[in-house]
Amino acid sequence: MSTDALHRRVLPVMVVGAVILVLWYAAAIGLNAPGTIERVLAPQGAWTWTDLLRATLAMQRPVLPAPHQIAADLWSGLVDWPVDSPRSLWLHTGVTGEATLLGFAAGALLGMLLAAAIVHSRTLERALLPWVVASQTIPVLAVAPIVMVILGSLGFEGLMPKVVIATYLCFFPVTVAMVQGLRAPQRLELELMHTYAASRAHTFWMLRLPASLPFLFPALRVSMAAGLVGAIVAELPTGAQAGLGARLLTSSYYGNTVAIWSALVMASVLGLVLTGAITLLEKAVLRRMRPAPSRSGA
Amino acid sequence: MNTLNLSTPSPAGLRRPGSLAAVLALALTVLAPSQGLLRPLADGLLLLAALAALRPASGPVRGALSLGLIAAAAVALFLALPTPLQGGDGLRLLAILALAQCSVRQLAEQPDSRWSGPATAGLFGLWLLYLWELGVTVFEVPRVLLPAPSLIVQALWDNTATLGGDFVQTVLKSVLIGYLLGNGLGVLTGIAIDRAPFLQRGLQPVAALTSTVPLVGVAPIAVMWFGFYWPSKAAVIVLMTFFPALINTLAGLEAAGKLERELMHSYAAGYRRTLLWLRLPTALPHIFGALKVNATLSLIGAIVAEFFGSPTAGLGFRISTEAARMNMPLVWAAIVVAALTGSGLYALLSRLERRVNFWHPAFRSR
Repeated sequence: MSTDALHRRVLPVMVVGAVILVLWYAAAIGLNAPGTIERVLAPQGAWTWTDLLRATLAMQRPVLPAPHQIAADLWSGLVDWPVDSPRSLWLHTGVTGEATLLGFAAGALLGMLLAAAIVHSRTLERALLPWVVASQTIPVLAVAPIVMVILGSLGFEGLMPKVVIATYLCFFPVTVAMVQGLRAPQRLELELMHTYAASRAHTFWMLRLPASLPFLFPALRVSMAAGLVGAIVAELPTGAQAGLGARLLTSSYYGNTVAIWSALVMASVLGLVLTGAITLLEKAVLRRMRPAPSRSGA
Repeated sequence: MNTLNLSTPSPAGLRRPGSLAAVLALALTVLAPSQGLLRPLADGLLLLAALAALRPASGPVRGALSLGLIAAAAVALFLALPTPLQGGDGLRLLAILALAQCSVRQLAEQPDSRWSGPATAGLFGLWLLYLWELGVTVFEVPRVLLPAPSLIVQALWDNTATLGGDFVQTVLKSVLIGYLLGNGLGVLTGIAIDRAPFLQRGLQPVAALTSTVPLVGVAPIAVMWFGFYWPSKAAVIVLMTFFPALINTLAGLEAAGKLERELMHSYAAGYRRTLLWLRLPTALPHIFGALKVNATLSLIGAIVAEFFGSPTAGLGFRISTEAARMNMPLVWAAIVVAALTGSGLYALLSRLERRVNFWHPAFRSR
């Protein structure tokens, strides 16, 4: 049975991964070859194809770095420097992760509160909700430089503006999904609560909130990813000293392609870890809720 | 309450204190000393409108009447738009806030009809704009922090040519080309992969992984590879839109039921016919979902990519350079253009979806 699962699940992923790796190496050789010939091999005189192959995969500033170069740069960024050194990837990842997490916490909380208010007030529902939905069609990141300028001139620097932008990006998906989830209970269930003479607060805590959780967690994953993008982009226009966005910008300024790629890899690892944490939380919460129809509260 | 109204709370208990506050604030407004010729007129209209907003309007005639009065009040409020804070203006502000709250609430309590929903949202938006303008002028907020809406409109008007150029550069070149390429490739790859379950099982986790990767981060690489002009932006957009289109196409192609497939089979329909007449139509709602999400994503991709380097045109370029020069009205004008473009694309796609997917239950019920 387990070998069957292996064949069905793991094998395709590994094959696709291997194909991507091979394609990557081929692309790296192809893209780097002209530059290598021009800058490395031609000055030395005669060269063979093996020389070319070796040189394309070990260039100083390649057009497309080979995977092992990125891995080596990642390793040196993670291990060779003390954690507080600006060359350490831990520092940049930590700075961006901190802004993302704070923004996410604030945004998710704000989104949930707003959703609870919208579900309980017809005025808010009809006046505010259409704007919340419409605002999702707006490229919100365009506002990021403005937020930076406004907060900067109010004297907030560093972490604060990034958190605000991440909050802003985290907030909408949570609101929309939470409104949908809080409305998910059937009319029959709501009427049942009514016949039990449940107060509105009771209905909210015992019926609406549990019903909204399956809607909430996917939205939390989306908004965590959005918050990470927000935090990274917020580091671009300010000349921030630390953070993955700052690392991207400085590396692109110095043409250090390998460092750009390793910062990208670090960003995606951070995204995976953060959304993975939400998945774990979801599993834990849903497991606790499953056997508890008779227990009170959450 | 004799009917069970469960979805929304009863408004009766809530209306009282708000109305009381409104009446008090209005009385204070009228009593407060006012200057200028337009002030008394404006205050009178304000009072009338607030009274109209307070009366629970039922029936279309009364509703229209109170709406008309509120519109008149809006004109009055526009005329009376105050200069920096004077004595007595605090009370007037309170009255205006009360009026805003009352009128929006009242419109929201109208029975559902075709116009009541959009009207409520529209009124709320107008009030927000008005209070923004009012707040910025009354409290003398520096325009670097937050320019008044009127200034933004002014900037839009004055820089039509510049912003038009930016629109052409960002939307018509980068976004349109990248969007079409990314979505087209995504859908076609989805259809191609659909025939190979092995490849599908292998690619799906990879594609799902990319949803957590901040793909805008590839912007500096794209700029390095494809130069400053639109191809680098289009490349970022292709990368950002490809995977959502692919995943949704795969999910959509799976959506056709077993029963329908077997029916097609019993008609001796081959792969191509089943795809064309059954599976692609059932996939369309999923594909349109991706198309709509991608519309916003591609605008974001283009704007962020322009932060990394661009020719001297483009919405992202405008936003970043003018923000650095503290020319905030123009920055906001560029954002308005971006927002209108985003909503416009979304609306266009929704309309197209309704046209194409008229058979789907979500649209059939209307």
